[in-house]
Amino acid sequence: MKRYDVIVVGAGPAGLSAAIEAAKRGLKVVVFDENSKPGGQLFKQIHKFFGSKEHRAKIRGFKIGEELLKEAEVTGVEVVLNAIVIGLFLDKEVTVNVNDEVVHYKGDAIIVATGASENMVTFDGWTLPGVIGAGAAQTMMNLHSVQPGKRILMLGSGNVGLVVSYQLLQVGCEVVAIVDAAPKIGGYGVHAAKVARCGVPFNLSHTIIKAEGDQYVTGVTIGEVDNKFNIIPGTEKHFDVDTICIAVGLSPMSQLLKMAGCNMEENPKKGGFVPVCNEYGETSIGGIFVSGDVSGIEEASSAMIEGRISGVAAAFRLGFIDKEELKAKAGELEQALLSLRQGMFGPGNKGKDITKTEEDCDVSINLLKKGYMTDEEVVKYPGVKSIKGIHAVIECSQNIPCNPCQDSCPKKCIRIGDKITALPIVDEESKCIGCGMCVASCSGQAIFLVNEDYEEGYTYVTLPYEFLPLPKKGMKGVAFDRSGQEVCDAEVVEIKSLAAFDHTNLLTIKVPKEMGMKARFFK
Amino acid sequence: MRITKHPILGEVNKGPLVRFDFDGKTFEGYEGEPIAASLKAAGVMVHRHTKKDSPRGIFCAIGRCTDCVMVVDGKPNVRTCVTPLVSGMKVQTQYGVSAKKQIKL
Repeated sequence: MKRYDVIVVGAGPAGLSAAIEAAKRGLKVVVFDENSKPGGQLFKQIHKFFGSKEHRAKIRGFKIGEELLKEAEVTGVEVVLNAIVIGLFLDKEVTVNVNDEVVHYKGDAIIVATGASENMVTFDGWTLPGVIGAGAAQTMMNLHSVQPGKRILMLGSGNVGLVVSYQLLQVGCEVVAIVDAAPKIGGYGVHAAKVARCGVPFNLSHTIIKAEGDQYVTGVTIGEVDNKFNIIPGTEKHFDVDTICIAVGLSPMSQLLKMAGCNMEENPKKGGFVPVCNEYGETSIGGIFVSGDVSGIEEASSAMIEGRISGVAAAFRLGFIDKEELKAKAGELEQALLSLRQGMFGPGNKGKDITKTEEDCDVSINLLKKGYMTDEEVVKYPGVKSIKGIHAVIECSQNIPCNPCQDSCPKKCIRIGDKITALPIVDEESKCIGCGMCVASCSGQAIFLVNEDYEEGYTYVTLPYEFLPLPKKGMKGVAFDRSGQEVCDAEVVEIKSLAAFDHTNLLTIKVPKEMGMKARFFK
Repeated sequence: MRITKHPILGEVNKGPLVRFDFDGKTFEGYEGEPIAASLKAAGVMVHRHTKKDSPRGIFCAIGRCTDCVMVVDGKPNVRTCVTPLVSGMKVQTQYGVSAKKQIKL
């Protein structure tokens, strides 16, 4: 039986981060993962992450994954793939199914970072081919380069549903609607806005009645629900689709912890059945730690920090570092974690009805119900100002921990401050040079450059554009507003793609003068 | 449909195109990609039928739900979403636990 100082279960963001911190402090670490490739869900995330520089904001998920793998390699972490951990025992012995045989391993500390699995909604016809998890859609398009379908209905308006819907549009699929039984959109307003301006309608307070088809999905019927989630007769809507994507939440995969005998709790705020643990991720069994989604559903950024905390704590538990180093390093990491957990969508605010931002602005109700802000709502935010000449218009209206825009402006036109959940303010005194770095740096694609004074009769609008084919200079097309409705003719003036923009192309269109604050998408 | 150029991930390079057999017909796929990806690209939706003749296909796509299992090279219950395609593979729709269609009495 092979012995290790630390055995990590799961080579996703939490597991790899934990292994790196432990290995850095001299521990002998092995990571087991059931998949044929490491990285967990990280490599499917092609969008730019939020947060601040320490949280790797504005870097795409898969790039963060590549850096993590490199760091693991350099620190000497051993990763065993195609290895399913099938048992975790009280004495920290682990049984692993690898190459069709079961092998025993002993760890002095175990860090379980097995992540979460997708939840289900069992409507009529849910087992038909064509009904897939949102993760499956991501896997197929981002890992295997195959479209999951042609016409898709997305069930679920949390961040997963919103982000995957956008990714489906990016590979040329049609998203006919985003449906959610809740009365409000669950994910970030900026994620919803990205798909709303592409014309994807939101159907809140609706649920799927039936998936139609004999051998596979050919259509779907949805209906409105009342506040008891019963279908209201007469509200049925039908869509012709070949795919139904389910994004209705995640549940921690905590079976190994239960098996080992850890104290468990059913915690809806954490997504389900989780082990009780302290601030270092240590469970009721000394030496068994948890980090990432298995300890509570959050996001990849939190998973990586939690992983690092557990790695450091495991090093302390095994005597490789002293209490001072534990307190110092864990304290630093906990601060980073805390700053991620602030704002409107933080765990502390889960389930609360937030009507005002921290700055006392009204939270956009239309954004929460339809996925876009109205013309009247948008001008109330500090990032939206009427300034002569070219200037940034930041349509960021919810307090979430995020500040890459502040650091991106070479002229310091954008200000957020120390509290990174603050809404960005556009400084009316600063001189914008129109470089577009802010447009490309916004992970929510919520920043636009507007210039009403360049050409008589026209307003120039620069928007972030992440689709193919890229429009060409001189091309004539149509501009769409935030709700995805056609508003006016538009002509492409410039298309800028720099390495510094990391695939967020800057598309500048010219529209009739009065359309400058309406035009937000181009086809 | 296959994605050949992705706005973020760039050009897709998949390696050698190989032939495989699906229910007696010859199909093409890229060596090393999951069998399920080759089938999806070819427009195949149904991977198996349960014992009660309910059609099933890809669901989780990461090897955890077993809805996509098929008979591959004679072996049933092979998770096609995590099994790499090999040239000359014989892939069959699974009925219950074998490749033989169940006769309803």
